[in-house]
This record gives sequence, C-alpha cells and structure tokens, in this order.
Amino acid sequence: MLALPFVLLFVVFSLGPVLASLGMSFTDMRRTDIRNPFAVEPVGLDNYVSLVQDPLFRKVTLNTLLYLLLGVPLTMAVALAVAVGINRIERFRGFFRVGYYLPVVTSIVAVSVVWKFLYRDNGGLFNTVLGWVGIDGPGWLDSTTLSLPSLVLMAVWRNFGTLMVIFLAGLQTIPQEVAEAAEVDGASGWSRFRHVTLPMLRPTLLFGAVITGLGYLQFFEEAFVMTKGGPLDSTRSVTYFTFDQFGFGNYGYAAAASYLLFLAVVLLTWVQFRWLGEREAAK
Amino acid sequence: MTVLEKTPKAPASREGGEWRRTPKWLYAVLGGGLVLVVLPFLWMLVSSIKPEAEVRAVPPTWWPETLTLENYDTLFTKLDFPTYFMNSAIVALAVTAGNMVFCSMLGYALAKLDFPGKRALFGIVLGTLMIPGVVTFVPLFVLTTKIGLSNTLLGMILPFVAGPFGVFLMRQFIQSLPDELIQAARIDGAGELRIFFSVILPLCGPALATLGILTFLTSWNNFLWPLVVAQTEDKYTLPVALALYAVGQNATQYGLLLAGSVVVVLPVLVIFLVLQRHIMQGIAMTGIK
Repeated sequence: MLALPFVLLFVVFSLGPVLASLGMSFTDMRRTDIRNPFAVEPVGLDNYVSLVQDPLFRKVTLNTLLYLLLGVPLTMAVALAVAVGINRIERFRGFFRVGYYLPVVTSIVAVSVVWKFLYRDNGGLFNTVLGWVGIDGPGWLDSTTLSLPSLVLMAVWRNFGTLMVIFLAGLQTIPQEVAEAAEVDGASGWSRFRHVTLPMLRPTLLFGAVITGLGYLQFFEEAFVMTKGGPLDSTRSVTYFTFDQFGFGNYGYAAAASYLLFLAVVLLTWVQFRWLGEREAAK
Repeated sequence: MTVLEKTPKAPASREGGEWRRTPKWLYAVLGGGLVLVVLPFLWMLVSSIKPEAEVRAVPPTWWPETLTLENYDTLFTKLDFPTYFMNSAIVALAVTAGNMVFCSMLGYALAKLDFPGKRALFGIVLGTLMIPGVVTFVPLFVLTTKIGLSNTLLGMILPFVAGPFGVFLMRQFIQSLPDELIQAARIDGAGELRIFFSVILPLCGPALATLGILTFLTSWNNFLWPLVVAQTEDKYTLPVALALYAVGQNATQYGLLLAGSVVVVLPVLVIFLVLQRHIMQGIAMTGIK
C-alpha cells in the first residue's frame, strides 16, 4: 500500500522508458511517428549496425573514452591528495572540507559559462597569468587537441569534492594503531601511504572510481556550453550525439546510441569491480 | 602529505584521529589550493559588476574601475530572468516535495514491512541509480507529448518525483529505527498508514532534511530534461536559459552571462553554506554504507 504511489510513478517514468528505449532502438521511429504510431517499422539491428559504421559515432565514442581515461584518474588523484591533506591537519578540517566541496553544488551550465570566460584567448585569466611568466597562452577551446583536456580540467575542478568527502570518511576508518605500527617499524611517509593507507582504502577507492566513471561517461553539459561539441567535433560525446540525433528527429537511432552508452556503463561497473576484487583476492 | 618529519609522537589530541603534529606548511598548501578552487567564483562575481567594455579589457582589471549593476538590471528587466527563476524554483520545490513523500513511504515499506517481491523491487530501484538519464529521455519525451505535458512545468517535474536515491537513503535510515515503536503502535490498533505518518515520519527529520536539500540542489541544476521539455522561453529554467543564451546571440556578452551565472549559482551556494552539515552527512550515509 505504502509502496504503491512510488511504484506507479517509477514504472511509468523510469522503468517503462528504459524498456521502451530498448524497444525503440530496434525500430525506425522518427519524430513524425509520434502522431502515427503505425508507421513505425521494426528494423532489427539496423540502427546498431549503422552506428558502428557511422564515423561521427566512432569519433564521439573515442572522445567519451578520453573523457573517462583522463577524467577519472585526475579527479581521484586530486581528491585523494586533498583528503589525505585534510585528514592530517588538526584544526579547520570542517572549513577546508566545505570550501573544497563548493564547486560540486553549483550548476555545470553556470560554471561552464565562467570557465569559458577564464579560458578566453585574450584577456582570459589563464592566459593573463601565463603572460606574466612570458608564455603566450593558446586558445584553449579553439584547438582540436587542447579543447577536450581543457573541459576535463574544469570537470575535475567541479567534481573532485564528492570523492574528497568519501575518501575522507574512508581514511577515518583506518585504525590509527596500524599507521602507528608502521611508523614504529620505520616506514617512511610515502611507504606508509603506499602500503598501509592505499590498500586499506581499496573498497572506498573502487566505489569512487565507479561513480566518477559513470559521470564522465555521461559528459555533456560542459561541451554543450563551452564548445558546442567543437572544434570539428573534438569535444562531442556520446550523450551529445544522442541529443543531436533526437533533435534531428531520429528517435530509433538516438535510442540505439543511448543503449550502447548504457552497455558501456554496465561494462565499466563490472570491470572495475572485478579488477579491484581480484587484486584484493591476490593479496 | 607524504614527507613527514620524524617528530616525536604527540599525545593523541581531541578525537584521537591525530597522533602526529601537523606540519605548518600543510595549512599553507591547503589554503593555497582553496584559493585556487574558489577563484573562478570570485572572478565571476567581480566581472559581473563591471560594465561590458571593462569585462573584455585586455589585460583584465582585478577590481572594477566602474562598479555597475547594469548586467543584473538587463537580466531582470529586459530579459525574462524573473520567470526563469520562478520556473526553476517551482520545479525544484515540487520535485523535492515529491521525493520526500514518495521515497519515505517506499523506504518504510522496504525497511520494516514484508510483502511479496520486496527484495526484487529494492534491487530494481537500486539498479536504476546506474542508468544514465540519456537512456530514458527519448521515450519520456514521446510519453510527455502524448499525455499533453510537453512544454509544461508538470512535464519537467513528474519524471523526477520518485527517484531511486531517496529510496535508498530513507530505507537505510528507517531500518535503524527500533522495531518496538512500530509493534507498540500496532498493538494499539494503528494501521500501517497511521503508523507511517504519526510514528515513523516524525522520527525521519534528519534523513528528510538531507534528502530534501540534496534533491533540491540536483533539481535546481538539472539541465538535459528541462532542455528537452521546454520549447518556449516562458518555460525555461535558469540553466536552460543561461545555456541557450551562452551559445546563442548573446554568446559574447560576457558581463551579462556572468551575471546570469551568479543568479544560478549564488542561491545554491548560500543554501549549501547554511545547511552543509546535512549534505555532508548524506554523502557519508549513502556513499559509505
């Protein structure tokens, strides 16, 4: 009885669409078919075959992988460094934690507008600072090679706070006797970090890698606002591609693209759990 | 964080987490990092109160030579930002209220009641936490169009009023409440609805606060779905309006766009700073548990 309202809404607006999307991906449904559902024909795997052959889809898949491969390690490294730092201090912990978390609560659209302004070729903050040390800064968002890493840098700034809080909580579960014992045994700071902190933090790191990875796989708003996917599609992601196809009215094609992304999400989660699980078992 | 002096062990202070003296330089490093993290926000604020010509000045000025609110004036009198602001607020508040009601009801059922398919239901709801929004938006758009909700605020609200995150959070919290309370109420002859509203809900304050704040922030910042649903300007939410201005004909009016960013960002920063304790608790509760 108490479950009913949620379940109804959930089935209509979440579960239903997930299944409908899968169904649509095997049809040639277009925008004009909303009024005339009988015009929709099943096309089997045609959409998926076309996607794999579509050079633009290959490009956006590669871009999405780059977002993932650059974004996840960078975000985790920054978050871990800040978390370890905050865990070592005695005062102002709460202050630093809140401060470093600030970007996370802000709208990606809004901070993208701000960073686009910071990245400007002439008069942007980045190039002004570089100018002080005599470097003529590039047009960060105008280059096919620099624009994607520039967006990742902003995303790292926007996202690392969540992981930092999670890592901090994880660090606090490490019993201090363990670290003390390592110090008594003469372990240096780095080797304590490497052989005590990191292994004990493994489950937390795994969880962090998964949720961060899910975020980067769905990269969209930053590129929409800062580069419109350009230059030359160098920052266009799979989500962006799906959104474009939807805009063109190719609903079946868009649904198929979104399901390939979904597949990647499932795969990523599975691989990360397996990989870290095995290293755990090998110890 | 890695180079540690061989300092003699300090007696464990306060909470017991600290057993070494904190090197002074660590405060400096963390402070410097914090300045870098906050800098984009300060730059946004300062630039938004410069006149347009000064915003574009090369090299940029660190403090406005002319202070002006003309950008804000344009947003609120020439452009329709009051409407966008209201739309954002209505959608975010409705989504928040919906989640607080529906998620706590299901959370209670999953935590304390027995019914067929309970485990499967929880599994499926949790599974959807992982599903990217992009997977559902095409069929959702078809659905909202068919039931006449495209280009309405209700169409932006309904798909988000029953989210998996809230169920998870509320179930975890309600599970920790003692069973005796419920049994006592049952012996007194109270029905499940009655127990939920007069026994369980009043005890859920902290969890509801966390859920409410997190849902509000997420909804306020939500972009893809409102972008799909809103077709005329009077239905835009703040992020939709800002993004479309930023890629449209206003793309080079930085002063205006930065003032728009302030309007989007400032309310959530204030809410966060005032209520941050609840948010941090929520992350720890759902992230680590």
